[in-house]
Amino acid sequence: MLLKNTYNEFIKIVSKPRSYLGLGALTILIGIIIFAMKADGESMVSFVTASFEQTLSFNGKLVNGNLIAFIILQMLVVHIPLLIALVTGDLISGEAAMGTIRMLASKPISRTQIVLSKFIAGAIYTLVITLWLGFLSLFVSHLVFGSGDLMVLNSDGLVILPEADILWRFGLAFCVAYLSLLTVATLSICLSAFAENSIGPIVSTMAIIIVFTIIGSLDVSVFDSIKPYLFTTHMASWRSFFEQPVPFDEIMNSIIILLTHIVLLVGITLIKFNKKDITS
Amino acid sequence: MEQQTIIKVRNLSKKFGSFEAVKNVSFTVNKGDVFGFLGPNGAGKSTTIRCLLSLISPDSGSIELFDKSLTKHRSEILGNIGSIIEKPDFYKYLSAQKNLEIFARISGASVSKKEILEMLDFVGLGDRAKHKVKGFSHGMKQRLGIAQTLLHKPELIILDEPTTGLDPQGIIEIRNLILRLKNEQQKTILLSSHQLSEIELIANRMVIINQGRSLVEGSVDELLNSEETVVRIEVDRSESAVQFLQAKFNPQEISAISPTELEVFISKKLVPNLTKELVLAGFAVHSIEPKRKLEDYFIKTIQS
Repeated sequence: MLLKNTYNEFIKIVSKPRSYLGLGALTILIGIIIFAMKADGESMVSFVTASFEQTLSFNGKLVNGNLIAFIILQMLVVHIPLLIALVTGDLISGEAAMGTIRMLASKPISRTQIVLSKFIAGAIYTLVITLWLGFLSLFVSHLVFGSGDLMVLNSDGLVILPEADILWRFGLAFCVAYLSLLTVATLSICLSAFAENSIGPIVSTMAIIIVFTIIGSLDVSVFDSIKPYLFTTHMASWRSFFEQPVPFDEIMNSIIILLTHIVLLVGITLIKFNKKDITS
Repeated sequence: MEQQTIIKVRNLSKKFGSFEAVKNVSFTVNKGDVFGFLGPNGAGKSTTIRCLLSLISPDSGSIELFDKSLTKHRSEILGNIGSIIEKPDFYKYLSAQKNLEIFARISGASVSKKEILEMLDFVGLGDRAKHKVKGFSHGMKQRLGIAQTLLHKPELIILDEPTTGLDPQGIIEIRNLILRLKNEQQKTILLSSHQLSEIELIANRMVIINQGRSLVEGSVDELLNSEETVVRIEVDRSESAVQFLQAKFNPQEISAISPTELEVFISKKLVPNLTKELVLAGFAVHSIEPKRKLEDYFIKTIQS
């Protein structure tokens, strides 16, 4: 029954026009970034490297597909949660708003299975968005700009990663980025179980991300104890794969924090939805 | 032979905050019944029905369906129930057929595409199978709701206000559909409705609930005492006709309700004779029509 309802959920997602908003918006945004970098990328990179030119000499093609993919990932991972929440925030509350939750919950399928099938469908949708982001940023960027070494400016300084040492980093970075986005999807589904309209969970998800991000960026000691446990603190941990050496311990810690959030949020959703009186 | 019990509700209670929506409601529905579930707005009908479908958890009391506890055998029981709760809602962005496919997949039964199309034909939506539900009228959605209810061939059908918002033609269509389910497929039907005339026409047993409590339960014929009836007669001189009938038949109740109309409560067997005597006595009888008794009974029960 779980698989059958997951299939149902997927049918519902692919049939909703709003599901294509994310894919469409990503395509347009990445197209704009690639166009801008093609038109003015060299001068932008020169501006960044200017401060190092007294001590370093840069040879080869700095504006390449790897750099563009890195820039795209960095720019969009902040905005993609909204596109994800737009679909996942509607998965339970949308049924309540439409009234179909009555029909669904009076069928011989347990409420736990209803919730889990929605999580699985939401996870698949998030994966599709992440894969589309990966395809556009890596494949199209390489097609337009070609390949080359990747120059990354970290807080520790400038890191140059050889071309042959990059692909695995992108692969793992996308896996961690997926986990971050999955946490956002899980949060919005969880909020969706508490609401009876579609907008509330979507707006609440974004509000939580904004508030947590602000708390994480404030240099105030009172928040120091909670910062490591906020999922937003770990949403950019994919970047760590582009450090030299790669801080695997830190990345593993981020993965554990994100997974813990996912498990807790799924648990809260299950408890809430199983106890919920369906009166809509 | 003892009739098989399909629904057995005992002392069902449910509170929402401090509001007691249902207080110790009890009733029994037997196999093959078309069971009328009556009550004014806010009486607790929908809450009770939602408890039967495990949409709402009762605070106390027991619900048994098909002789099994709903809490212990939820999935098995729900697999044998088809229901419409208030208005049937569907995924508007999907076609009628796709909607039915979605609900069929989780109905617990194996339903083929052919059966889905046949069901759409059965409810008169065969030519709209591929159309998106967002373009459907309320009546069409109601018929699609009935199709969804019957897809997995359930033994028990629960219809909560199935005629709400329908035009007279739609009401007749739904009534005929229910009668077909009763007569052709021998389904057990729990029918909650405001349309008392519908219940009177279709149901064989009923319960009346008010303010969350069940007031009376039993056979419709017995409760309404079908041996006797109220008829409204349109005559040229109602006051004289009342005096004439009073002397001739001594009915339980008789009164003139206007200069040309009277109402009489009398044994059904005496109605033909009563008409004949009026005509023989020189009264011009324009019409005789039975007055729906359930309406009076319902109001009396609620008020008492």
